Amino acid sequence: MRYREALNQALREELEADDNVFIMGEDIGVFQGAFKVTEGLLEDFGEKRVRDTPISENTIVGAGVGAAMGGLRPIVEIMTINFSLLALDQIINAAASVRYMFGGQVGVPMVIRMPQGGGHQLGPTHSHCLEALYLHIPGLLVAVPSTAADAKGLLKTAIRDPNPVIFIEHEALYGRKGEVPENGDAEPMRFGEAAIRREGEDVTIVGISRQALVAADAAETLADEHEIEAEVIDPRTLRPLDLDTIIESVKKTNRAVIVEEGWPHGGVGANLAALIQEQAFDHLDAPVGRVTGADTPMPYSKPLEQAAMPHSEHVVKAVLSTFRDL
Amino acid sequence: MKYSPTRMAEAKAEDQQQGQTEPHDGPFPHAEDDRSPEERLPVDPGEHHDLPDREHCEEILRKMLLIRRFEERAGEMYTKAAIGGFLHLAIGEEAAIVGATLAMRDTDFLISTYREHGQALARGTDPRRVMAELFGRQDGVSKGHGGSMHLFDIEKRFMGGYGIVGGNLPLAVGLGLASDYQETDDVTVCMLGDGAINQGNFGESLNLAALWSLPIVFLVINNQFGMGTAIERASAITDLSKRGDGFGVPGARCNGMDVLDTKDELENALRKAREDRTPQLVEAVTYRFRGHSMADPEEYRSKEEVEEWRRRDPITTFGERVKDEDVLSQDDIDGFDEEAQSTVEEAVEFATQSPFPDLDALYDDLYAYSGDEPGWYVVDERAPETHKGEDLREHSSDAMRELAEAGAAYAKVGDAEERRKRPDPDEGEEPSSGPRDEEGGGD
Repeated sequence: MRYREALNQALREELEADDNVFIMGEDIGVFQGAFKVTEGLLEDFGEKRVRDTPISENTIVGAGVGAAMGGLRPIVEIMTINFSLLALDQIINAAASVRYMFGGQVGVPMVIRMPQGGGHQLGPTHSHCLEALYLHIPGLLVAVPSTAADAKGLLKTAIRDPNPVIFIEHEALYGRKGEVPENGDAEPMRFGEAAIRREGEDVTIVGISRQALVAADAAETLADEHEIEAEVIDPRTLRPLDLDTIIESVKKTNRAVIVEEGWPHGGVGANLAALIQEQAFDHLDAPVGRVTGADTPMPYSKPLEQAAMPHSEHVVKAVLSTFRDL
Repeated sequence: MKYSPTRMAEAKAEDQQQGQTEPHDGPFPHAEDDRSPEERLPVDPGEHHDLPDREHCEEILRKMLLIRRFEERAGEMYTKAAIGGFLHLAIGEEAAIVGATLAMRDTDFLISTYREHGQALARGTDPRRVMAELFGRQDGVSKGHGGSMHLFDIEKRFMGGYGIVGGNLPLAVGLGLASDYQETDDVTVCMLGDGAINQGNFGESLNLAALWSLPIVFLVINNQFGMGTAIERASAITDLSKRGDGFGVPGARCNGMDVLDTKDELENALRKAREDRTPQLVEAVTYRFRGHSMADPEEYRSKEEVEEWRRRDPITTFGERVKDEDVLSQDDIDGFDEEAQSTVEEAVEFATQSPFPDLDALYDDLYAYSGDEPGWYVVDERAPETHKGEDLREHSSDAMRELAEAGAAYAKVGDAEERRKRPDPDEGEEPSSGPRDEEGGGD
């Protein structure tokens, strides 16, 4: 099953399971979603449950927050993560803050879904990776599924979670296939549980969003060409964060490299590197390495765009650099 | 300078010819305005409404007096530094608040902006818990997490004050959507100031409300200033009741200094929203007698203008009317006033005696947990050890506690021991910090 189909299935199952669940966003109904994630939902669930909205991101998100405060379980689709910047007021000042600032009298059980990522030559306003921005904000949860199974499992969990969840998909993953458990086969996936994609003794590579797959590719190269057995961890949710699994791995491997597509300053890797050195300093044999996207807006021209994105070679180099003093 | 968009444009053109960039003659155009306040800001008195029966007149006066006395006392407590941050008082706007809320059903939602103490009181929130929130105490409506701008009372369906101008409009759309989705006949009243009219949210939210036929009444409390900027210096169209037309939200205007006119207009709007499923816009023209916040020196308007509006005081004018028409006597009114003052005194007493929140409450109500979630929700980087947020209360270490106390000491409201215990009620002591340091600006 493709990643987009897995998302569609999760939406479908949760719409069936709970009448208070509904989805709204730009072109999700008649058009069936800019990336076809909501295909067929309007036909099957009708206009009350699957609502096309005008292009008003801040108000769409805010209406979701208000509806959640009023007892519903909204899923808001934002077409591209860059568009969510128009909704930062409602995401930060409302969704993330309402429970806290009103002393817990009301919660905001809602999901804000959005795709991110480069690789489609969409240039500087449609290609960024902003998970670090949302990770920064207390009150939000952040999910970054990299496989079809996680896309489905985490989305179902997000919809049932009592907190506002920023659910970040990746455009380059929508067409990617993977095994997905049938409904009922699997326990509900839990937030805050990292997946160890590959076990290894020599270095811990933490890959965020699509970079979890890039990290896994790099690990094969490291094993084949450099006799380095890397442990690859996909945190799956950045908040809550399964820091324990990461720290445990680093204590075993004594090396860590964090791979993300977003920018370096204040990035997820910067944050994880800080936490790792705080909690496993005595176990580190080398500085924590980072691989990030280029520190620029995303360029359009294909060679430039690809040059701006992290690839397997970057990860291999970064890992090797943690061994250079041996 | 005359008050008309055309005149403004002409003046601007003249200034530009003279190489000036300012569109007016001096820094404070109202102070130099040669028109009388009556000329500059005429108020349509609205329709004449018969007085309701004695019981309703009493209720109106009681509520307006409670808000007035509460706000006055809050202002005093602010100057004594018992209340922190900014404090936005609604003195002068009582008719708009009480008229609007009296038109609502208990099951209707009210969502407001940051000048909202009166809205909470008018909806029936316990004045003691409102004052305790202003004092930042544990028994505040928002447990001391919110403050003046973030009151909330789920039981009274008062869905909050919000500190972002226009930030509550999308939320109102969501509340209206929830009512519509759940097929109730509840209506959401969304109060906003004239300053919010020019936020993008205004157009987005009115459009969506009209597009989806949501039961919402957008009530513009037009007190004629967005902070210190007069409405005609911020809005090309100053008849705000017309601002919904292009979005499919019909508008009406009422005299926000007249509680009966406001109530009548809101009743109309609520009926249309409830029965016809059409969102409505109502503009209540009113005036705040005090500054934007307590930190406002009010250099943008003249004393004469404020005086002129004080002559239209909504409580005095309504009081005169009920006396003239022999519904209530001066003694009755004095009695209500005494009641209001004693309620407010009780609220101050209660707030003073309520403890500050336990320092371990810092992370409370940030996330909803079932208790056994894996993973780190928050990372505490404020102590040598880092901790998971949901466990902070249980695993709070001596070092963390010590540092939290060290931080809290900067609040200068007694030591840890004092902060945790309720003061002796007999002493009725007010907070121990000194008078407010008046430096700095105000939002």
